Amino acid sequence: MLTIKNLHVKLEDEDKQILKGVDLTVEAGRVHAIMGPNGSGKSTLSYVLSGRDGYEVTEGSATLEGEDLLAMEAEERAAAGLFLAFQYPVEIPGVGNMTFLRTALNAQRKTRGEDEISAGDFLKLVREKAKALKIDADMLKRPVNVGFSGGEKKRNEILQMAMLEPKMCILDETDSGLDVDAMKLVADGVNALRDSGRGFLVITHYQRLLDHIAPDVVHIMADGRIVKTGGPELALEVEKNGYADILAEVA
Amino acid sequence: MAVAQTKLDLTETRIGALAMPQSKGWGQTARADALARLRAMGLPARRDEYWKYTDPSSLTQTAAPRAALHVDDEAPIFGEIDRLRIVFVDGVFDPTQSDDLALAGITIERLADVMAADLHWAREHYGVLEAAGQIPVARPLAALNTAYASDGIVMRATGVVEKPISLVYLHNDPTSDAVMHHVVRVESGASLTLLENGPAAARFNKVMEVSVADDGEFHHIRTQGRDHERRAATHIFARLGARSQYKSFTLTANGVLTRNEHVITLSGDDASAHVAGAALGDGAQAAFHHDDTVFITHDAERCESRQVFKKVLRNGAVGVFQGKILVKPGAQKTDGYQISQSLLLDDDSVFLAKPELEIYADDVSCSHGSTTGAIDETALFYLRARGVPRDIATDLLVLAFIDEAIAEIADERLAADIRHRLELWLGRRRQG
Repeated sequence: MLTIKNLHVKLEDEDKQILKGVDLTVEAGRVHAIMGPNGSGKSTLSYVLSGRDGYEVTEGSATLEGEDLLAMEAEERAAAGLFLAFQYPVEIPGVGNMTFLRTALNAQRKTRGEDEISAGDFLKLVREKAKALKIDADMLKRPVNVGFSGGEKKRNEILQMAMLEPKMCILDETDSGLDVDAMKLVADGVNALRDSGRGFLVITHYQRLLDHIAPDVVHIMADGRIVKTGGPELALEVEKNGYADILAEVA
Repeated sequence: MAVAQTKLDLTETRIGALAMPQSKGWGQTARADALARLRAMGLPARRDEYWKYTDPSSLTQTAAPRAALHVDDEAPIFGEIDRLRIVFVDGVFDPTQSDDLALAGITIERLADVMAADLHWAREHYGVLEAAGQIPVARPLAALNTAYASDGIVMRATGVVEKPISLVYLHNDPTSDAVMHHVVRVESGASLTLLENGPAAARFNKVMEVSVADDGEFHHIRTQGRDHERRAATHIFARLGARSQYKSFTLTANGVLTRNEHVITLSGDDASAHVAGAALGDGAQAAFHHDDTVFITHDAERCESRQVFKKVLRNGAVGVFQGKILVKPGAQKTDGYQISQSLLLDDDSVFLAKPELEIYADDVSCSHGSTTGAIDETALFYLRARGVPRDIATDLLVLAFIDEAIAEIADERLAADIRHRLELWLGRRRQG
């Protein structure tokens, strides 16, 4: 599904190398987790994959089902099936949540050469998906993320994911700022989307989220590289002993 | 202060090229008084403080600069709204295209007929609100208008007028120079919605005097047409009675020069005045210069005023905002709010803002804010990351930026029509 080879990335405006050769393959139907200390490059990886400005790829490649992601505009990546759940979802005053969802859904369909969804079908779909995430009509009517609590913002991210049905989902510290109940709700939303055709890359500091979204593979990232890969037990090891032991071991 | 000789010369040259319409009795006096006012202050020049950001020379020169006619392929605005249409072609009333002027709750007359009458209620309004609005800041183009206006509508609402009165200004002559003057009186407890649309002329000088009596309600929604080269100087002078409501919204897209002045006095307690405007300028096809100049006087207790002006500028377009709130002694519990913002879509466009507060009462709440900025890149990326292409995402953010001004329109159908026009305007620029 997602194949990253030897990815090197620096900041566009300054001479600072952030990713120093990331190799990673996420297969369809599998959940990969990336853990790592602050500043290891986890969020940068998610931004580079989703097409945010300000980064320069100096070496390596990233493909989604064989298509070169790095050659695409951000919106083309989304239409190709890549989705990033933001660590800090953006507030957009003046743009209604429903308008936003519908514009996004139809824009993707159009890019893929599909017909726009009818107003009736859209409404039915959004109500059904919103209900599962306990998102009420008022939240749907309000401007995108404006005045939302931390938990509401993250649930809104998962709602977008559920509506857009991407092939490859990247969750960037979706657990940050969530209480236990909100985390469960978000995890349930993610788990409902798990199927054999969809890949997940879950970026997190803590093992906590992985209790709810059980990963197949866990990677440890440090200083711009994946330094260790293992099964779910690796996350438990981090939780128990911190990163220091692992980093010392691979150094 | 003595008026400079060059200004007096300019004024006399302009006056010399105009013919005062024949009136008798009170109408003749009103025009002569206005002419005297104009002569005393002289036409505006660039060196005047009030015209610092907008060059008035093309508004004061003898002949109207040529303005190419716009060929419209779009369904007319307000077309779906049930309304009473009054059509003017290059500033001249056209009865053949207009509806019957009879409507329950309102009397509608032509200015020429009113001015020919010996006695008429309009006598207490025509030129009167304009003259009052000359203090403390001179508005010579309005005085010129009162003296020389060749057409206009005089209307008096006495009840709830069930459908909007719609003034449609067509432009058929590329050198037309129209001077129009309307008078609106909303009686106690009456309610009126007035629509205006169209470019009107190559050069348009329009004054509207609005008097809203106690508990009256006046709604005004205006669009200024799609002609790129037209010029307009408009003034609205309003006087508001106790508990009355006044709401005005203007959409301006295109126009090489527009100066819209609002001069509003809240003279009865608990009155409310909202003035809003959205201007979208693209200097690519023709220059775009848009000036909103607002002067709101609070002269009674517990009145509320609100100014919301938004401008979206690109390709060298220029936006100007001069907004003042004057709170007179004794106007306690005044609630005044003013916001002027611009969104600059490139480095070539310019926004000039001059917000002013002058307060002589000690128990008031007044605030103002002015911002200028570019599209929010973070929001843009968020939209694109969800699959919305950059140009559509930009338009969505532009519409969101303007929406606070459109939200000032009370009637949802009219607001929807305005939003639709904006979408069309943005869509045309996407294709181009």
